[in-house]
Amino acid sequence: MDELITYGPQLLEGFLENIKLSLVAGVFALIVGTLLVAMRVSPTPVLRAAGTVYVNVVRNTPLTLVLAFSALGLSDTLGLVFSDVPRTNSFWLVSLGLGAYTAAFVCEALRAGINTVPTGQAEAARAIGLTFFQSLTLIILPQAFRAVVAPLGSVMIAMIKNTTVATAGGLLTESAANMKEIFDTTGASIPIFLGIVAGFMILTMPIGFFTGWLSQRLAVVR
Amino acid sequence: MSTSVLFDTPGPRARVRNAVLTVLGVALVATVVYLIYAGFDAKSQWDGRIWEPFLKYETWDFYIIPGLLGTLRAAAVAAVLALVFGAVFGLARLSDHRWIRIPAGAVVEIFRSIPLLLLIFFIFYLAPSLFGGGDYAFIALVTALMLYNGSVLAEVVRAGVRAVPKGQSEAAYSIGMRKNQVMRLVLLPQAVTAMMPAIVSQLVVLLKDTALGYIIAYVDLLNTGFKILPAVFFGSLIPAAIVIGIIYIGLNMALSALANWLEKRSRRSRKTAAPPVVPPGASVLGVGPGAGGGAGAEAVATME
Repeated sequence: MDELITYGPQLLEGFLENIKLSLVAGVFALIVGTLLVAMRVSPTPVLRAAGTVYVNVVRNTPLTLVLAFSALGLSDTLGLVFSDVPRTNSFWLVSLGLGAYTAAFVCEALRAGINTVPTGQAEAARAIGLTFFQSLTLIILPQAFRAVVAPLGSVMIAMIKNTTVATAGGLLTESAANMKEIFDTTGASIPIFLGIVAGFMILTMPIGFFTGWLSQRLAVVR
Repeated sequence: MSTSVLFDTPGPRARVRNAVLTVLGVALVATVVYLIYAGFDAKSQWDGRIWEPFLKYETWDFYIIPGLLGTLRAAAVAAVLALVFGAVFGLARLSDHRWIRIPAGAVVEIFRSIPLLLLIFFIFYLAPSLFGGGDYAFIALVTALMLYNGSVLAEVVRAGVRAVPKGQSEAAYSIGMRKNQVMRLVLLPQAVTAMMPAIVSQLVVLLKDTALGYIIAYVDLLNTGFKILPAVFFGSLIPAAIVIGIIYIGLNMALSALANWLEKRSRRSRKTAAPPVVPPGASVLGVGPGAGGGAGAEAVATME
């Protein structure tokens, strides 16, 4: 218990980094994921193919490789630099990698949601003369989003847990890296492990409950 | 709803519009591809020099194949252990005895909610203090993968058994079978068929997650291909990333294709009354009779 108190501030700081990462990557993933799903259902075969290739490639690549590539490849070799401060730079690189990775899963969740919207809805939209873009944004996506609130919650929970892999992207200020550093000096400490795990549970469990509740409230009764 | 009904069979005006959109789409994709190409080119990443190592047999023999074997070994051992763990805890959660059901449920829920990397680190640092010095990278990786994926598979097993219609076990009880027999002879055979696609998709997740071993210096494909190889052949980091990326994607896509095939097969199979189980954490949409016009969404692969 003493260790948890001694290292508490450092752990808390690392944990805040995980939360910041989750927020930035989450927003990025939702935006890109929505664009991807729009591409995947669009009438343009090229865009459909591009979306499909992106989702299949990213979904089958280990996140560790994505993040290691964003640090070593994108930044060190190709010279993509967001900031002169190394810590800030790796924060944005990891956010970019994690967001790009999660976007593929957001896209797949949304596509499953689009599949639940009855055909009649799209037919009615077309019948009153809405264009593809209008029927997608006004009729289909709003219903799809309501249907996938719970799965999107699962995607977000998985993403929050994945922020620990930021270590592979060279971000050494978040909680997994902090835990490793503390273990390096003190050896494995059960209180510290349990403390961090409790932190993640406090963060993820409400999301599960909230999205579960929300999905029931928003469910379209058919 | 199949995606094609989002737009009508195009008339003349729509055909023109689609042609314009296609041209724009091609231009957009081509621009992105060109920007990536030019960006790589500006840093001379297409030089034959840095790609050359990948044409030599030695590179594959010394670095890539041993790494690949490391990845496959960890994945295979972890997969077997996770399947056993999942079967034991999944059935334990279905037990009629509260003293079995509740602890099993707690174990499954806890290991499912711990970030996998934290679990790997914890075991990696705990093992030496328990069992003395040594290299615990493999053990830590495999144990953590077993606990996490086993817990997910336990949920799959539970869902699979529950997906078998109640009438099946009622009929079995009514002809005088005992609980053990009902489970062994009636429920499990049907549940396994329903579970297969979900199990295989979880194995894809497991295979992908072996790459986390990179962080604790386990000798896997990511480690030999992305850390050691570029250090030996200076400058070949990007080619290395592309080559091992392709290997990972190929492996996972082969497994995913197997999952899709199994799902299609189990959906039209008459051997089971249970609908295919969707991996937990994935969407439960579009599966089962009557959902979404029966077009059937593909199971959404779980991430992590």
